[in-house]
Amino acid sequence: MANTAPSNSAEIAIRARAIARDFEAGQEVIRVLHGIDADIRSGEMTYVVGESGSGKTTLISIMCGILWPTEGEVEVFGTDIYKLSDTELVNFRLQNIGFIFQQYNLIPSIDAAANAAVPLIAQGVAVEPARAKATEMLDALNIADQAAKLPRQLSGGQQQRVAIARALVHQPRLVVCDEPTAALDASSGRRVMDLLREVAVASDRACIIVTHDNRIFDLADRILVLEDGRVTHDGTDMPEDH
Amino acid sequence: MLWIAIRMLTGDAQKFYGLLFGIAFSTLLITQQGTIFVNLVERGASGVYNAPVAEIWVMDPTSRTTDVNYAMPSTALDKVRSVPGVEWAVPHLRSAASVRTRGGDLEQVAIIGVDDATLIGLPRNLYEGSKDVLSTPDTVIIDDGGAINMFGEGVDVIGERLELNDQRAVIRGVADTIPSFTSTAVLYTKYSQALNYVPGTRNRLTFVIVGAADGQDHKELTERIEAQTGLKAETRDEFARAGIDFIIENTGIPINFGITVALGFVVGVAIVGLTFSLFIRDNIKQFGALKAIGVTNAKIVRMVAVQAGMVGSIGYGLGVLGTVLFLKAFSGNPFFKGFYVPWQIPLISLVAVILILALTGFFALRSVLNTEPASVFR
Repeated sequence: MANTAPSNSAEIAIRARAIARDFEAGQEVIRVLHGIDADIRSGEMTYVVGESGSGKTTLISIMCGILWPTEGEVEVFGTDIYKLSDTELVNFRLQNIGFIFQQYNLIPSIDAAANAAVPLIAQGVAVEPARAKATEMLDALNIADQAAKLPRQLSGGQQQRVAIARALVHQPRLVVCDEPTAALDASSGRRVMDLLREVAVASDRACIIVTHDNRIFDLADRILVLEDGRVTHDGTDMPEDH
Repeated sequence: MLWIAIRMLTGDAQKFYGLLFGIAFSTLLITQQGTIFVNLVERGASGVYNAPVAEIWVMDPTSRTTDVNYAMPSTALDKVRSVPGVEWAVPHLRSAASVRTRGGDLEQVAIIGVDDATLIGLPRNLYEGSKDVLSTPDTVIIDDGGAINMFGEGVDVIGERLELNDQRAVIRGVADTIPSFTSTAVLYTKYSQALNYVPGTRNRLTFVIVGAADGQDHKELTERIEAQTGLKAETRDEFARAGIDFIIENTGIPINFGITVALGFVVGVAIVGLTFSLFIRDNIKQFGALKAIGVTNAKIVRMVAVQAGMVGSIGYGLGVLGTVLFLKAFSGNPFFKGFYVPWQIPLISLVAVILILALTGFFALRSVLNTEPASVFR
């Protein structure tokens, strides 16, 4: 049974209603999300937690417009994103969403500054101004001195900071993180999350994080707990039985 | 994004050079083998090209090329001269003979007898001696390739004596010629002298070389000659083409070269396809991330197209350059004399390279385009 979400006057960044998602496994159709309703607010760091296979990655994929729901509607900043055309949706993501992936997915053959500049370059900004802006962002993340290094020359924590810079460089209104600390040790993970909280959370920006790293649960403003494709908790703290 | 595409490609040096090697090797194989093939079969027409003044060739109806011929009665010359539109007509004799060199070696040579009065039928240029030397008795002019084959590179052959079908012959000139398909040495002499060298048969006039009157259409004239004389007449281009076709139809050369060119294509597809798909597979997560971030499929297609275009243009350039350098390196070899790269061959190689890249790029792209952006979260 889901807790009642705390009242909050902040702008609702994502309004998901009756989200269901089926996957085909041979002849069988498996429903991994069962009519989920959820709101994600700007100015908050919202965690989506749950066991493996609970549907949390599927839920955020749908919320950020990279996976079509089988049923339901998703509004991101008032736009019903699945009513957009493919091109409009891709452009919507480019303008409004920053992504941080578990494995960073940095391009190995370009340096940290260029990696961080990718969203700007994709928006059409020329390479050098984009790199300059990305270097500023790296500076805010205290790794400007690593800007000219290739990803393989950086530690895991440094690569994650580059990934954070890439997610924020184009000033998106929504930041989506998938297991941002999974590849990091405890102290590095904590540092990255502190940093993420510092730079990613803003009054006009929502930050949604998928994790099952209980070491960082205390940094969440709101926690959605998923079990078997259903939201079983939506509150400011983790339920005691987790 | 194109800048990123190029950096992605060049950043992985191993695969980048692998792709370049694949394209360059394919281009080299296709261009070099295609060039040799074209130049080799064109030598089937060397007899025609080496008689630059001849506008129309008249021959027995069974004759097919300058080397595959059947002699006509000497009256054929008068018949041809009587055809309206013929400005001039001269006899031309081509026959095979055995020659014994001073060292005692026996060689098969071609004897070409040119018109005594006009010397029409001789190659345009001589390396050594002059055309006038043919006025001296027992004189022959040897082709440059034949001189090297018979006497060796750098040997002065002027004054060399030959025993030609038991007749004495002295080399007094070296002609600048396009080598024959078989690289047989060619000895030019006057028609009357050639009759002495060639074993006596009833008919020994193999061709009548014709010049058309001013304004006379050559094709029309050949038709008129055929109608009035019962002989076969071909324009210079037709007869050259017949020599080339004879080589193509009667030797295994097109199949052998065709197989090599096809292998070049297959090797290109294999190397480039494998390397390109490995490159894409290694970067599939990055492409997935780009798609999630907001890079459209159209931009991804352009990125892969730029990568393919870059590899293709550099590899193609290297392959063509390799062919040119190959020909340059072997230009001193008589076998490769006069070899050139016909413009059609690099064009064919270019089409092959485009096909290789389109084919491999299509399969590589398919995996990228089929990658769901959501896969980056898995």
